[in-house]
Amino acid sequence: MLDLTTKKIVERKALKINPAKTCQPIGAMYAALGVHACLPHSHGSQGCCSYHRMQLTRHFKEPIMASTSAFTEGASVFGGGANLKTAVKNIFELYKPDIIAVHTTCLSETIGDDCKTMIFQVEADVPEGKHVIHASTPSYVGSHVTGFSNMVTAFITYLSVNSGVKNGKINMLPGFVQPGDMREIKRILSVMEIDNILFPDTSGVLDSPMTGSFEMYPLGGTKVEDIIDAGNSNLSLALGSYSAQAAAIELEKKCKVPMKTLSTPIGIEATDRLITELALLTHKAVPYSIEEERGQLVDLMLDSQGYFNGKKVAIYGDPDTVIGLTEFVISLGMIPKYVITGTPGDAFKREVDAILAKNDIEGSEVKAASDLFELHQWMKNEPVDLLMGNTHGKFIARAEDVPFVRVGFPILDRYAHQYFSIVGYKGSVRLIEMMLNAILDKIDRTCPEEDFELVM
Amino acid sequence: MKDFMDRVLEKYPAKTFKNRKQHIVIKKAEDDSLQITANTRTIPGMITSRGCCYAGCKGVILGPIKDMVHIVHGPIGCSYYAWGTRRNKAKTKPGGQNYIEYCFSTDMQESDIIFGGEKKLKQAIKEAVEIFNPSAITISATCPVGLIGDDINAVAKDAEELYGIQVLAFNCEGYKGVSQSAGHHIANNNLMRSVIGTGERLPTKKRSINLLGEYNIGGDGWEIERVFKKIGYEVVCVMTGDGTYDDIKNAHTAELNLVQCHRSINYIAEMMENKYGIPWLKVNFIGVSGIAKTLRDVALYFDDVELIEKTEKVIAEEIAEIEGEMEYYKTRLEGKTAFLYVGGSRSHHYQTLLKDLGIETIISGYEFAHRDDYEGRQVIPDIKLDADSKNIEHMTVEKDENKYRTIISPERYKKLEKEIPLAKYDGLISDMHKDAVVIDDLNHYETDQLIKQLKPDMFFSGIKDKYVVQKMGVTSKQLHSYDYSGPYAGFRGAVVFAKDLTSGVYTPAWQYVTPPWKVEPLLEGKVVGGDE
Repeated sequence: MLDLTTKKIVERKALKINPAKTCQPIGAMYAALGVHACLPHSHGSQGCCSYHRMQLTRHFKEPIMASTSAFTEGASVFGGGANLKTAVKNIFELYKPDIIAVHTTCLSETIGDDCKTMIFQVEADVPEGKHVIHASTPSYVGSHVTGFSNMVTAFITYLSVNSGVKNGKINMLPGFVQPGDMREIKRILSVMEIDNILFPDTSGVLDSPMTGSFEMYPLGGTKVEDIIDAGNSNLSLALGSYSAQAAAIELEKKCKVPMKTLSTPIGIEATDRLITELALLTHKAVPYSIEEERGQLVDLMLDSQGYFNGKKVAIYGDPDTVIGLTEFVISLGMIPKYVITGTPGDAFKREVDAILAKNDIEGSEVKAASDLFELHQWMKNEPVDLLMGNTHGKFIARAEDVPFVRVGFPILDRYAHQYFSIVGYKGSVRLIEMMLNAILDKIDRTCPEEDFELVM
Repeated sequence: MKDFMDRVLEKYPAKTFKNRKQHIVIKKAEDDSLQITANTRTIPGMITSRGCCYAGCKGVILGPIKDMVHIVHGPIGCSYYAWGTRRNKAKTKPGGQNYIEYCFSTDMQESDIIFGGEKKLKQAIKEAVEIFNPSAITISATCPVGLIGDDINAVAKDAEELYGIQVLAFNCEGYKGVSQSAGHHIANNNLMRSVIGTGERLPTKKRSINLLGEYNIGGDGWEIERVFKKIGYEVVCVMTGDGTYDDIKNAHTAELNLVQCHRSINYIAEMMENKYGIPWLKVNFIGVSGIAKTLRDVALYFDDVELIEKTEKVIAEEIAEIEGEMEYYKTRLEGKTAFLYVGGSRSHHYQTLLKDLGIETIISGYEFAHRDDYEGRQVIPDIKLDADSKNIEHMTVEKDENKYRTIISPERYKKLEKEIPLAKYDGLISDMHKDAVVIDDLNHYETDQLIKQLKPDMFFSGIKDKYVVQKMGVTSKQLHSYDYSGPYAGFRGAVVFAKDLTSGVYTPAWQYVTPPWKVEPLLEGKVVGGDE
């Protein structure tokens, strides 16, 4: 397993090996699927759309519907305007979405296609009351997280309106999290009786039930009218500086909706901050059921502390998730030894370093724009006790025989994860269960027979 | 059926209607020879299953070659999506290198797009050599590379001189051609031009073969090799499943090329025949009757009584091992109907296996096939090249005076041609039944309509369709990845397939789709709190 990964580290400036990120358009496609009756449309070669649909399908085990401008060499020379026009006509005729969310690719960006003008030019083919919007998502900038953020922002740029009459709601921007997470955030808001617009919302879309009939547009997803109305909300709460904040800033700029950024509510501290913020909004006491959930989490943290205390963890994945996990493992008494993301950007190191400094943790490697090859090499030089991240880490986990927890995107080799959450107190309970299972399973599998324990 | 298809097509806007109707044909009689339009542009907005040129070149052909470093020059996504997703299994040879678990990319950034990416590519090659010391490197271009004019061929040439290893450049930008097919062709050309025929190793056995167009998905190649080795053949090279650079270099030393996936590799087969004199045979390793016929055809080619006897013995042994199970699964599956929509050759191969199990294929189609894959190779001279196809180099090769061999005499070749499919392929349509529908570049709308109308018992396609069809209540199997099972090729593979399929059709979950209260109303319509 990964036999060619050397312990000796050679500095690399150009070659990325086993990436911890992918490109913008897949994030844009995922975000657009969180809008009800929206068809994501990839403005580029067919391959982009095919690859993104495949990877999202592998992760969710659900239909991922999206269309493409199907560029050929001709379109690459003369521009994709004609392709987009044909596509819009065909899509509204055959697939009848409420809205088409176009995202660009490195191809259409490199040739300089002006999608805004193109969309203006196809207006005649857009049925009344329906919409076409676009996000610029060049694959050579940022990562899939950037693409997600750009698409969420684009919906606001195109649609949200401040009508002058407040709707009394808050906008909740959950960032690049899973359907189960969005469902959990909605539940918390409901328990706390906070009227809200959650956007995007892939629950009810990418965890849709089996009924015997295929729904091209499942019941879930943020409604277009709610995105329009988001301009009338009292406040936007962005959960995550990388995947949610830009959209909240756009709402503030365009519709004068005040905004605040919190971290993705992974772990007790981040969830505490979210609940405190929400309680301040409602001017009401935090409901007992939430306190009960919190108390259960703290109870579990105490019960299981012996297995976590002082253990070293390697965490990789998308910035908002990794930042949340870092803070969480520290609250369990663990040491986040290696913390990386493939997504570029200075904020990542700044935010993680601040968490480490606050907790007096020294000697950790924190790096953005890194990759799994580098992480593995570090682990060969100084091993860790637990590895946390997406499916791609399973090779490292096997090579080094290190307990492994699948968390983040994508998870291609396990099922049912889209139904569950890692956010909120309940999400933390689930994370602890997964982490303990991984650690205890390894002990059970490798310990001498005489040390094999009934009770652990 | 025709009326129904007309109704489906009528929903299309005028231009789309005109286009799509040429891609759909219905077989009116068993011997109906039909003409279909294929390998033309997909209409934007159709929700096609097709991928791109890069996917065909790097994803399909190059990716499985395990001991080369495959650097993808472009933004990260293209390399990322082709990382471990096609299930091309590969075992490390003792002392050999295996990069199957690795993904290499130049991860182009905005500045590379603006100022050019050649410098970064050069540096990436340098780093790959420093870290891994590979036996050879490939560079695959992605969309922006061609657009900004990076000369990857010049970079490759310089790197070859600098590091003394082969560095092959593939100009397989995603926008080229109309599907993955263009990428297959581009990969074929460069492997033929630069690798095949450069080795010196000779086969050690009397009967040597290459398996072309076999990608070892789910271990198919290993199962096929097992049977060929049991009969006594030497497999010189598999292109490209579990393949090695060295084996491909020596492919010209084999005595026969077996072509499984016609679409993706027929170019190499034809060029090797012209350059080295190696005849090629269209084979089918899928289905008991498929592999048995293939083994007999190959034995006939080598014209050796002992070999023919050994072949029959092995076929008998292999069938004896599986026939009980196959019979059982046949009782479970017989009479069912299927849709097949896969790739550019598989929709044909799998009909053999489905037939073995008594399943009728009522609709069949390809994602990226050409007319010859549907209608047979005899139509190749009549295929009109459009602008998209003309952009893909059609390479011709000269006879290699030193390496060309006459393996079988022209007289015998002539005689054999009548008995076995030497350089011959009759295409998918010839094997379809009356009333069967053949569709090229099927899209979501047509899939949806056809399933609702024809209600097949099972649907075979790729991952993008799988869950759509499953939600409609139809057993749906991926024939690109085998739903992470396999092998499906050969005798033993047929049983694995039959078992998986039976499980898919009969899994208890199907009976829970409709909740019990929707089958029978729970209440008898009494008004609660009424005057009873």
